[in-house]
Amino acid sequence: MADERILRREFLKGAAIAGTAAATAIAPATEAAAQSAPPKPQAPPAASADSDAMVTLSPAEQAFFTAAADTIIPADDLSPSGSDCGVVTFIDRQLASAWGGGAKMYRSGPFRKPPGEGFGYQLALTPREFFAAGITATNAWLKKTRGKEFDRLSLKERDEVLKVMDQGKAELQNFDGKQFMEALLDITMEGFFSDPIYGGNKNKVSWRMIGYPGLPATYANMMDLYRNKLYKPEPQSIADFS
Amino acid sequence: MATRLKEVDAVMVGMGWTGSIMARELTKAGLNVVGLERGPDIKPAEDFAMPHIRDELRYVQRLEIIQDPAMETLSFRHRPSEQALPMRRMGSFLPGNGVGGAANHWGGQHWRYLPSDHQTRSNILNRYGAKALPEDMTVQDWAMTYDELEPYYDRFEKLCGVSGKAGNLRGQKVDGGNPFEGARQNDYPTPPVKMTESALMYAKACKELGYHPFPQPASTISQPYTNTEGLALGGCQYCGHCERAGCEANAKAGPHICVLPVLRADPKFELRVHSWVSRLTYDKAAKKVTGVVYTDTRTGEEYEQPAGMVVLSAYVFGNIGLLLHSGIGEPYDPATQKGAVGRNYCYQLSRIGLTMFFKDKNFNPFMGSPGSMMVIDDFDGDNFDHTGLGFFGGCRIQTGHGEGRPIAYRPTPPGTPRWGSAWKKAAVDNYQHALSIGMSGSNYANRNNYVDLDPTYKDQLGRPLLRLTYNFVENDYKLAEYCMSKVVEIAKVMNPTVMGSPRLRKGDYDIVPYQSTHNTGGTIMGTDPKTSVVNRYLQSWDASNLFIMGASTFPQQPAYNPTGPVGALAYWAADAIVSKYLKNPGPLVHA
Ligand SMILES: Cc1cc2nc3c(=O)[nH]c(=O)nc-3n(C[C@H](O)[C@H](O)[C@H](O)COP(=O)(O)OP(=O)(O)OC[C@H]3O[C@@H](n4cnc5c(N)ncnc54)[C@H](O)[C@@H]3O)c2cc1C
Ligand code: SF4
Repeated sequence: MADERILRREFLKGAAIAGTAAATAIAPATEAAAQSAPPKPQAPPAASADSDAMVTLSPAEQAFFTAAADTIIPADDLSPSGSDCGVVTFIDRQLASAWGGGAKMYRSGPFRKPPGEGFGYQLALTPREFFAAGITATNAWLKKTRGKEFDRLSLKERDEVLKVMDQGKAELQNFDGKQFMEALLDITMEGFFSDPIYGGNKNKVSWRMIGYPGLPATYANMMDLYRNKLYKPEPQSIADFS
Repeated sequence: MATRLKEVDAVMVGMGWTGSIMARELTKAGLNVVGLERGPDIKPAEDFAMPHIRDELRYVQRLEIIQDPAMETLSFRHRPSEQALPMRRMGSFLPGNGVGGAANHWGGQHWRYLPSDHQTRSNILNRYGAKALPEDMTVQDWAMTYDELEPYYDRFEKLCGVSGKAGNLRGQKVDGGNPFEGARQNDYPTPPVKMTESALMYAKACKELGYHPFPQPASTISQPYTNTEGLALGGCQYCGHCERAGCEANAKAGPHICVLPVLRADPKFELRVHSWVSRLTYDKAAKKVTGVVYTDTRTGEEYEQPAGMVVLSAYVFGNIGLLLHSGIGEPYDPATQKGAVGRNYCYQLSRIGLTMFFKDKNFNPFMGSPGSMMVIDDFDGDNFDHTGLGFFGGCRIQTGHGEGRPIAYRPTPPGTPRWGSAWKKAAVDNYQHALSIGMSGSNYANRNNYVDLDPTYKDQLGRPLLRLTYNFVENDYKLAEYCMSKVVEIAKVMNPTVMGSPRLRKGDYDIVPYQSTHNTGGTIMGTDPKTSVVNRYLQSWDASNLFIMGASTFPQQPAYNPTGPVGALAYWAADAIVSKYLKNPGPLVHA
């Protein structure tokens, strides 16, 4: 745990120092310039992204998502854990958003179980309700089979549980464990890789990790300059431009 | 009771590419035109601006500028015997909503169809004999030839400033272009876009095998250009955020930058947004439409707009739906094969391909445009001999980069776990090094693939949803397998560090993962009113003052994206209206 915390601090500090401010709208023209972008003072982080208070998640749900995010994205030498990167904050904000409330979904009945594959989501539940029901069903199943809820299991056990769910072998009551697993994986990855403005991917940690430059993405000159050469500038996000 | 408005000369239902082009041509001819658009007015200067337009979550995942299924969606089933269920979230295809239509978020791969694609049925019969055509394959010929349409292909390319390299200039083959394309009178308006390293590697391997790689023709244009309306377009920035988002650089051709500025300034044109057309008013005895009924979604008020002429430019589903909701034409019944409305719905075979990994290459996958691809057409359409293959049609095969947005793009080699430290390491190790060969296959009409009205589910206006009955058939599976063998052949020559496994089409069609917004058919063109909805001028057989635009008029879907021909057909139909119809209103073709 102590190790993790040191690791986290290093990641977040390094990130903040390297984070350039809004003005560098045009990406540096050469590789050398890209690598030696002068450090700028740290911009104050956006309040909403930094606050860990939950908008919609209950403490039990928060514990579940934290445990899930840290299993899907464990802390290691590539990044801090999913929750340290803000994934749970992201999920909370998303489930509280219009999307979480079922926006851009056709929600008229009758609701029927699909006769086979290929029909997509057919439940009456909004994403907010779907995750709530999925967490309840998963925890009930684990309580029965392992005597503990998901967030009480060790990392290794949680990993096993997710595998069982991913293989479609979890026997959740009145809930499709495989469908839940897909949704959980999707929203966790969205939180890890989306723009930090949504509360996840704190300090662009995942972008820096894989080498995604984010904005501003004006590459007309770079296409030839960086042909078969690594282009890895300090990534820039929406907040850097706002 | 709907408020009855003053009659106008012409109404466009939908203000995407086709509605905008038609409105422009008809106002030029002196008509007073109203453009009705169900969605909002989208303004590129604000709506496609930095930084938010590069927000992957908002545009790619949450589908910001895409049709809201809560308003209107389809129900879907694989076969007539199945219970249809609503498409509750957009997935497989992503129609537009709002001024500009789907061109706001399209990819701009800009094609002409092959000459043989315009004569699919007679070409198969002539080359392979009547016995070769499967009984349930209801392919038909277009109602005009490639040569007839050529000047209109050219016009649309000049509106967009398309970038590319001719392969057949007035019958002369040109090195480096597509040797299979139909003869073109003019080269592309602008030179090809920049290619990615992956595209060049792919082209080299194709050449080694004796195939004919050429640059993807692109409406994401390579350099600043002033179009035929006198409007200025910018050059592509290869931003890697093209599809599903608007263009910040004014380089992606679309109605907003190619037509609408002129139209908006024209007093003969009136744009009404948030105006959702629920049906056309139809005088069946006179074989004429009299106008449209629409709801202003801001007030809930209903209006009747009488019009001398109605143009359906509401995308494939809107066009089919408005005919069915208005009782125009006979709905298709697969059991009897009678009726033409909803017939020959087709799609596209996509999401098929192979991903490889090259340890020593850096592809910078976030740089590029949908046009930054090299393509081969050696196995497209009827460019190769189908004798004994057991299928008709083909695919184009291509490679490039340019959509390296990290929520959606995280390639890992086969066998990588889906999460955990091992996954993370693989995602990091491979982000720069993956290369995919993709293919896009034709989709030929089948008697059981069609669109009608759903008996159960309704949209927000209380109208029945359209019901899509669709599945892939034997022809598609065989086509995909054959073309995949070519992909594997090319992949082997490219000699990657790690070879992925082929992604084929197996099992029933799945309406969830995005495949393409290349829906076609349902109001097809033809020479016989029994098997087509519009004649060769895209004029309805059932109402002489009703013209239907877009890919809903295609009898089947070739391997290419549809919009090049969609734009060409809009100009072709506009020309017929202005030069023939307005002088002598009535049927332009007698059945
Ligand atoms: C992600 C994506 C990528 C694509 N990439 C390519 C590509 O690379 N190459 C290519 O050739 N094509 C591509 N396409 C397809 C291309 O965008 C369409 O073929 C083209 O835009 C269709 O033009 P249209 O005028 O027929 O319809 P649209 O542009 O869809 O316009 C129809 C308009 O009608 C409105 N409407 C519908 N119903 C009503 C109603 N009842 N009342 C009022 N208004 C209504 C809609 O809101 C819409 O604005 C892509 C599409 C998508 C979604
Ligand atoms: S890739 Fe080019 S055309 Fe497409 S959005 Fe980016 S800059 Fe515009």
